[in-house]
Amino acid sequence: MKVDLTVNGKEITADVEDRMLLVHLIRDVADLTATNIGCDTTSCGACTVLLDGESVKSCTVLAAQAAGHEITTVEGLAVDGVMHPVQRAFHEQHGLQCGFCTPGMVMAIVSLLRENPHPTEEQVRTGLEGNLCRCTGYHNIVRAALAAAEEGAA
Amino acid sequence: MIPSSFSYKRAGSAEEAFDLATEYGEDAKYLAGGHSLLPLMKLRLAAPEVIIDLTGLRELSYITDQGSHVAIGALTRHHDVQHSELLGRDLPLLAHAAGQVGDPQIRHRGTIGGSVAHADPASDLPAVLLALDATLVARGAAGSREIPIGEFFQGLFETTLEPGELLTEIRVPKPAAGARGWAFQKFTQRAIDWAIVGVAVQGGHVSLVNMGSTPLRAAAVEAALADGASPADAAAHAAEGTSAAADIRATREYREHLARVLTTRALTEAAARS
Repeated sequence: MKVDLTVNGKEITADVEDRMLLVHLIRDVADLTATNIGCDTTSCGACTVLLDGESVKSCTVLAAQAAGHEITTVEGLAVDGVMHPVQRAFHEQHGLQCGFCTPGMVMAIVSLLRENPHPTEEQVRTGLEGNLCRCTGYHNIVRAALAAAEEGAA
Repeated sequence: MIPSSFSYKRAGSAEEAFDLATEYGEDAKYLAGGHSLLPLMKLRLAAPEVIIDLTGLRELSYITDQGSHVAIGALTRHHDVQHSELLGRDLPLLAHAAGQVGDPQIRHRGTIGGSVAHADPASDLPAVLLALDATLVARGAAGSREIPIGEFFQGLFETTLEPGELLTEIRVPKPAAGARGWAFQKFTQRAIDWAIVGVAVQGGHVSLVNMGSTPLRAAAVEAALADGASPADAAAHAAEGTSAAADIRATREYREHLARVLTTRALTEAAARS
């Protein structure tokens, strides 16, 4: 089937199988490979992207369901080579260890801060319940989210 | 993991969805938020030949005050139920429990009607709506009909919905004065897991998550409460009449123990709020 959607501000038309998952469209059709496939069972959050500005797990959305909608991946956050405040906060707070969960974490935090621009530490921790870091590097990830909020990332 | 092949149809209206379901019959399945059905399809535990996507039906996403009850469109997302000012004021149990479903990403997609129609006894909202005495509205060949939620769940993933019938609205009565104490307790291994056991309390109504093949009202607890029992004494009856499954997460005995413990906590919490 033919699918029209916007990915990181760019209009894309793709001819895909009806059963194609959004994450495969992002990685294999749009060729944006920062979005990782982790558990592939809606648990780990590595594949988190924004759909119309809200975080979703792209392993559990059909590409067909995203037709007509706007997708943002971590590659779409920086503007003219300048990192998004959440990305900069991850850099400055060392909010990563191996880096595999990072794109999903960043997108989940961008969505979280849009809904709640000034979260408490507890709200950040519960807001990230859908994202797992197997290095268990949560402390610096939470610090990064709070630092980004302070900077007015939302 | 990739689902087996199917043909994707996007419905533009409830009418069109129902027509598509009639056309494709038993080979077709409605897709709402997709956060129960798609994981099953990826594991190939479900393999419908036709998917009728309902997510474009904005007409079925609403929360409106109807005086004595609140009407909720079946395609209203958990996120919108959780953050609804109206529900936060008049049905805080429902708003709170919706915020406990899955995680933020899941709540951005999953819908209240999808959760109810899927009829997983481990889901939170079916039991919550049972405690709230909701009425479901379904649209079928003979028009719309109302189904009291107590008659809706027939077994594991089984409901009284006819093939092709579409759940369109959930009507939730506002609790009467004297029945406003509420609580929701659930016990999980990880935050995003289904409840090993959950308990919803609204006034004198108590219902259980994952203590049988359907969500259950804890009738013996309710009877004890009506006789004036304390939370702990009433909660001692929480496992009566249940048939909890044993699985990788818990034995039946452990679930029964959890039901009593969580019911005590929920009744105590509800009493403090009444």
